Amino acid sequence: MNNKDGKVDFLTTRLDRIVDLARRNALWPLPFGTSCCGIEMMATLCSDYDLARFGAEAVRFSPKQADMLLVAGIVVSKMAPVLRNVYDQMGEPKYVMSMGACASSGGIFNVYSVTQGIDTIVPVDVYVPGCPPNPEAVLHGLLRLQEMIKNGETNFQKRQRALKERGATA
Amino acid sequence: MAKLISKSASERSRNAAPRREREELKMDVRTLIPSNGGDWLARFKDDWKSQVSALQKRFGADIVEVQMPPDHAVECPVIYVRPQAIVEVLRFVRSESGFEYGFLADLTAVDLMPEDPRFEVVYNLFSISKHWRIRLKVRARDGEMVPTATSVWPGANWAEREVWDMFGIKFSGHPDLRRILMDERWDGHPLRKDYPLKGYQIFPTPEPVKPELLE
Amino acid sequence: MKDAVKAPEVAAEKMPDRASWPQHYNVHFEKDPDDLWDESRMIVNIGPTHPAMHGALRMVAKLNGETIEKSYCQFGYTHRAKEKLGENRTYHQFVVYTDRLNYCSALLNNVAYSMSVERLMGIELPPRALWIRMMCCELARTIDHLICIGINAVDLGAFSFFLYGFHQREEAYTLIEKLAGSRLTTSYTRVGGLMADAPDGWEKEVKTWALRTRGVIDEMDRLLTGNRIWRRRTDGVGPFDKEMCLAYSYTGPNARAAGVDIDLRRDQPYLYYKEVEFDVPIAKTGDVFGRYTVRLEEIRQSLNILIQCADKIKKGPIWSEDKRVRIPDKDVVFNTMEGMIHHFKFFMTGFQVPAGEAYTCVEGGNGEIGFYIVSKGGPTAHRMRIRGPSVYHFQGLTPMVEGELLGDMVAALGSINVIAGELDR
Repeated sequence: MNNKDGKVDFLTTRLDRIVDLARRNALWPLPFGTSCCGIEMMATLCSDYDLARFGAEAVRFSPKQADMLLVAGIVVSKMAPVLRNVYDQMGEPKYVMSMGACASSGGIFNVYSVTQGIDTIVPVDVYVPGCPPNPEAVLHGLLRLQEMIKNGETNFQKRQRALKERGATA
Repeated sequence: MAKLISKSASERSRNAAPRREREELKMDVRTLIPSNGGDWLARFKDDWKSQVSALQKRFGADIVEVQMPPDHAVECPVIYVRPQAIVEVLRFVRSESGFEYGFLADLTAVDLMPEDPRFEVVYNLFSISKHWRIRLKVRARDGEMVPTATSVWPGANWAEREVWDMFGIKFSGHPDLRRILMDERWDGHPLRKDYPLKGYQIFPTPEPVKPELLE
Repeated sequence: MKDAVKAPEVAAEKMPDRASWPQHYNVHFEKDPDDLWDESRMIVNIGPTHPAMHGALRMVAKLNGETIEKSYCQFGYTHRAKEKLGENRTYHQFVVYTDRLNYCSALLNNVAYSMSVERLMGIELPPRALWIRMMCCELARTIDHLICIGINAVDLGAFSFFLYGFHQREEAYTLIEKLAGSRLTTSYTRVGGLMADAPDGWEKEVKTWALRTRGVIDEMDRLLTGNRIWRRRTDGVGPFDKEMCLAYSYTGPNARAAGVDIDLRRDQPYLYYKEVEFDVPIAKTGDVFGRYTVRLEEIRQSLNILIQCADKIKKGPIWSEDKRVRIPDKDVVFNTMEGMIHHFKFFMTGFQVPAGEAYTCVEGGNGEIGFYIVSKGGPTAHRMRIRGPSVYHFQGLTPMVEGELLGDMVAALGSINVIAGELDR
């Protein structure tokens, strides 16, 4: 609950932190695997480099049920509107992790059909470089995302804060 | 007296180059190396010769040109066929005994931009029973139609769609000639030599479902 | 409502068990314009983002209940313009792009590409390079098959099978990382040689891995092959007989499962396949179960080849001494002027490939991987055509699933092993 001046109260802050703790330790990824990075994503989800240790075991292929969009692989002009549709259909809170060089910036393919980075289409929280990134790098990316959620640095949290400020002043 | 012309510096250095280097520069696809499957010529030389002569006897003027391995820089016989006759030739080499090229390994095209005719449609064929390989080619100009090979091999359907998509060569008689790799709203034919490598087109919506294709 | 019509005969041939099911499961209503059910055909988009679509493939199907009456497939959602890149990059730079073709078995594509350029230049490699290339090929083939049948099983619910296979794949990745520095996208071969020699004892480690994987494959076999659920899901599903395979240019395990007796390693031998003994498994059924058994048996044969290679390989050079392609060693580059200039010219302008054209094909994990390279004599190719087997395999999906149930389509698609990198290039 907010004070009369609009400052956030002690109880709300603690609640926010508990909610963020719950959200970051139970991220449900939507594996948007298109090409080679998809195989390394599968390796990350399998028993050798377990993603389930960090709570991200429940992969949900439906955007209505997932909260992290894990784009692994190339996004081509034909696929870009599909990616945008999937991102739009996801419910808040949603986080985007761009895995691999091709998703982050087009990678080694600077050609007519390739979108040079998915950040031209969707707002990205974490970029994991590599072609393909080692599963350990993907885990590092996930831990970084969890840290960002804890510190309030993700796009979703920034948006929420900005909306709250506008709601308080307007 | 006329022989006493002084040599230029490049001539002198050219003649001074060691012999082994010049031999290496001559090595190309005609050098047969077993480790990359290249010892065919020894195995199939006579078969290929008899096949080419049978084809020329049967089709006469429709066989425009033949390139055989040791004379040209190719690894198997390359036979240029007139566009009007290509389907007949494909059917002939598929079923005739002594040919038995029953497998279409690949159907593609090449853009030789300044030359005329500009395109070459290439059919790579393989014989499963005898392990022979041969290549048929059709020369086509920009805007000309080439008869489709789908009546001989249904599997050529998508290969021809890809050739249309990438090069803009139309196939007459094709059941369903539309873009396959690029978005259907794409403008231009990417693999042509005058199409740039970079620079893309953006679409706001995904490709729509086409119920008319499911009638 | 009209009387229930008997199921069409083809269904009984394909799935012997279904004829014994209660007849009203197999009802097909006759076309009657007044009948409500005439409008009941549903068009379903099994879109590019779908768990059962391996990579980004799209299938639009017209369903009558659960039966697919008609469908069409679309791909191109991962088109990376490699053929256009082949015309704009030098032959040496293009090796990197070949890994991303069949990314489940990247080493195979590297070997295939290097072989095609070497054929255009008439280069012969020393024996050790050929033996290592052969081991790379078979290792890549094993992991490709493991992922194919693993994903096929996961789509149908058998998760442990996938995990066993993936653990062996992880161990193979460790071996590949020791060899090439990278797990998945290796870029290991060079035109005229290899990137670097295999480390000491690598062959022995591969042999140990192969022996252990043989046991794991037997265990995986026991999990699924006699399993009644697996048999009922895969027997008679997705049939593709020999004539259809030849008509649709099927190669590799998909064709061998239908009885087409072709294997480029045996019939058109390259590398040292003449000197190792292996069998080529052929099935007669042409259904999903046939493809699964052929792939499983091919893994065993690949492991046999790996063990034989590991015994026969000897120490030696890995580069051909052809001056056109030999990348000078680093001590020559840094200490001699000629070496530095040669290094500079090699990497900045690229080596010249003589004019000519060739179609070189190799037995890949999926089938025949071919490179049709037209060279006009420069440092880049004039036309780099990549014949990826998945294009032809995916084309056959539409006739394969006509009349099948939607769940059977998932099984059939998984068994064909469509890899988006090869499909879209």
